[in-house]
Amino acid sequence: MIYLDLLLGFLQVGCFSFGGAYAAIPLIQDVVRAYGWMDEEMLTYMIAVSESTPGPIMVNMATYVGAAKGGILGAMIATTAVVLPAFIIIILVMVVMKKLLQNTYVKAVLSGLNPCIIGIILATGLWMILKNSGIASGSIDILTTFLIVGIGAIYFGSRKFKKRGISPITLICLSAVVGVIAYGV
Amino acid sequence: MPILLELFLTFAKIGMFTFGGGYAMLSIIENACVERKKWITHEEMMNLVVIAESTPGPIAINCATFVGYKRGKLLGAIAATLGVVLPSFVIIFVISFFLDHFLEIVWVANAFKGIKIAVGILIVDAALKMLKKMNLTPIQVGILACAVCAILLISFFSWNISSMVLMLSAALFSILILPFTKSKAKEGSKT
Repeated sequence: MIYLDLLLGFLQVGCFSFGGAYAAIPLIQDVVRAYGWMDEEMLTYMIAVSESTPGPIMVNMATYVGAAKGGILGAMIATTAVVLPAFIIIILVMVVMKKLLQNTYVKAVLSGLNPCIIGIILATGLWMILKNSGIASGSIDILTTFLIVGIGAIYFGSRKFKKRGISPITLICLSAVVGVIAYGV
Repeated sequence: MPILLELFLTFAKIGMFTFGGGYAMLSIIENACVERKKWITHEEMMNLVVIAESTPGPIAINCATFVGYKRGKLLGAIAATLGVVLPSFVIIFVISFFLDHFLEIVWVANAFKGIKIAVGILIVDAALKMLKKMNLTPIQVGILACAVCAILLISFFSWNISSMVLMLSAALFSILILPFTKSKAKEGSKT
C-alpha cells in the first residue's frame, strides 16, 4: 500500500539523515529508487525544486514525493514521517539536557564539537560563495562576483547605520529582486 | 498575543524565507528568536546548533522543536514545528500539481540565482556570529581550522565524506585529550 510505503520510507529518512539536507539527498534518492516512486528525470527535477523553494529541503522532498504518489493524504503522511523522528529526539534531549550538560564527558565532547560545527558551517558558506562566483571552478562570473560583493557590503555595512542592520529576510527579498533585474537585462 | 500563536507565526515566517537548507536558516532564527523575541540566549542557540547537527532530521525541525519546547513545552513544540513546515508544504504541494516547468520560468530562475548569493552570505554570517560569542582555547581554534580546511577540500574534490565523520573525530579527540586538559584546569585553579 502506497501510504504505508510512504510512511516507512520517510520515517527511515527522518531517522538516518544526520548532518543536514545535503547528506539527506542521497538517502532520499535511495529510498525513492528502492520503492520505484519516480524515474531519474523526475527525481532530478524534484531535487532541484526542493532546493530552490523555501523551507527545509527534506520536508520539501517528502511533500513532493508524497503528493506525487498519494495526493494530499500522501503528502501529509510523508511530511509527518520525515519530521517525527527529529521532533521526538529533540524533546527527549531537552528533557535530559540539564543533567547532560553537567557531565564531564558531555562537556568535553561539546568543547570539541562547538568549534568543529562552526568550522563546518563557515566553510560551507564560504564554499557556496566561491561556487557562485565561479572561483571554485576556475571561470569567474564577473556579474555574480560583483553582486556578491555589493550585497555583502550592504548586509554587513548596514549594521554601522542601524542597530541590527537589515534583517536576513529583507536580505533574501532584496537579493531576489536584484537577481531578477541583474540577470534579466 | 498568546505564546502558541506567536510561536506558530514566527516559525511560519522563518519557514517561508528559508532557502538553501538549514544553515542559512540559522541566521534568521538567531535574528528572530535571540535578538528580537529573546526567546533563547546566545548560549542556548549554540547548544541548539550542536544538538541539531548531531541528531538526525531537518535542522529546521530540530530548531523549531527546541525553541517551541523551551517557550511552551509540548504544545509549544508542536506549534513551532507545524509553523515551520506549513509554508513549504503548501508551496510544494501547489508546485507539484500545477507547475510542471516551474524552474524554467526565466524570472523565477533569475530570482533564485539572486537568492543563492544571499544564502552564502547568511551562512557565513551565522558562523561568524557564533564565533564572536565564543572564547576559544588554542585547541579549539585548531579544531575549527581543521574543520574549515577539511570541508573546503571535501567540497573542492567532491569527496564522498559526510560532515558527521568530522564531528565524530572532533568529539573523539576531545575525549582523548580530556586527561590533559583536566589536569591543566586543576593546575590553573591552584595557582
